[in-house]
Amino acid sequence: MKRFVKVIALTLALVLVLASAAMADGFRTLDEVKESGKIVIGLFHDKKPFGYVDENGEFQGYDVYLARRLAEDLGVELEIVAVDAPNRIEFLQSFKVDVILANFTYTAERAEQVDFAKPYMKVALGVVSPENALITDVEQLKGKKLIVSKGTTAETYFEKNYPDVQLVKYDSYTDAYLGLLDGRGDGLSTDNTEVLAWAIENPGFSVGIESLGDLDTINPAVSKGNETLLAWINDEIVKLGEENFFHADYEATLRETYGENADADALVVEGGVV
Amino acid sequence: MQDLGISILFRGINFQRLLLGLWVTLRIALITIGISVALGLLFGLAMMSRSRTARGVCRLWLETVRIMPQLVLLYLVYFGFARLFGWDLEGELSAIIVFSFWGTAEMGDLFRGALTSIPRHQRESAAALGLTRSQINRYILLPQTARRLLPQTINLSTRIIKTTALVKMINVTEVLKVGQQIIGQFYREPSAAFWVYGTVFLLYFLVCWPISLAASRLERKWENA
Repeated sequence: MKRFVKVIALTLALVLVLASAAMADGFRTLDEVKESGKIVIGLFHDKKPFGYVDENGEFQGYDVYLARRLAEDLGVELEIVAVDAPNRIEFLQSFKVDVILANFTYTAERAEQVDFAKPYMKVALGVVSPENALITDVEQLKGKKLIVSKGTTAETYFEKNYPDVQLVKYDSYTDAYLGLLDGRGDGLSTDNTEVLAWAIENPGFSVGIESLGDLDTINPAVSKGNETLLAWINDEIVKLGEENFFHADYEATLRETYGENADADALVVEGGVV
Repeated sequence: MQDLGISILFRGINFQRLLLGLWVTLRIALITIGISVALGLLFGLAMMSRSRTARGVCRLWLETVRIMPQLVLLYLVYFGFARLFGWDLEGELSAIIVFSFWGTAEMGDLFRGALTSIPRHQRESAAALGLTRSQINRYILLPQTARRLLPQTINLSTRIIKTTALVKMINVTEVLKVGQQIIGQFYREPSAAFWVYGTVFLLYFLVCWPISLAASRLERKWENA
């Protein structure tokens, strides 16, 4: 019996020693990635048009296009790990992936846990309105009714910055869009990616204001402290900007969703400069 | 629009991918069930052992898996082990480890329950007839235990099959994750979710139902024996 307890205690001690030994330096540096011949990148698998698996089982989308190029320029194979929004940080912190490219929005809180590279996309607010009374400037909204969804950045932004715009609030996106179709407001505001895609599907409406409010950026992220890989990605993004890579990416993956008339510059960031 | 919904399943290789996902689900479940039954018998014996330590460890193990959500255990093994020990386990292996850890304890408890539920006089009568200890185990106790154990084992097996849905969170592309990916291709088609999840439901049903049927048939057969 005593021996049994001893064995358990010893095992636990051993585990702790191993643990503390292994804890240092879990991520793979740039050289280690190159040596291994493959880079592991975490991508969304169900968020069209940014990262999804098409009907032939192939990964596609704006983020995937960039991931393929990164692997190509590193001269290594691309290994894709399908991640979901809630576990993106976890994959980096447990060093299961080298880079996360799953439409990861920069926030100060996340930046404490992972290291963000330069941005390759931006998201702001957009305003969609009927084409026969198109709103192209925020000033036009004064005294008019603007539809927003409760709890969105659009709601807080207009309440704070434009108190004389009359807000019509709905509980869900679906209801908000129905409200606009029913003429319950002069326009509707939410993330520009959303309104742009919606306007394509709904003839008679278009996005008069494509970019408004505080910009959020979408950036690649690496494990905290992985400086060599981070520096390489940053250089790469600048280099890609010189050949207008992200506009090509937009044409290949996003154009279909946002339509012929959409302005790529509302979303695309070249060379990491917003 | 209804037509469009169901056709989603047959675009490209979508349906093959669903079946492939189902195979991954089944592979994890079958290996887990195999390990759980084998180790569960040992676990059950340990639960009935005279050693207080062995019983205590079993108790602690059983309570731990019952209290901890399976998802937490999966994260612990898949992400936690990599962070703490640098053990970079594959998602599927992590899943088999976690589900076997759970299944073994549950199976052991079922085995213990079935064995102790056999009336004492069965053993005593056998001994009075002059059967040796191993003969008693082999001819008297085991067959009766097996019969009592069967329905609960089937129940546990179907529970394990259903719980494998969680492994999509640790990068295993099983049937539900494939389903999500197919819905993701048609995010502006509201009926996509209905058709795809409906199909996934049907696939789970088609797997679990025959198992239940076979079990109840076997049960009836043994009853008459």
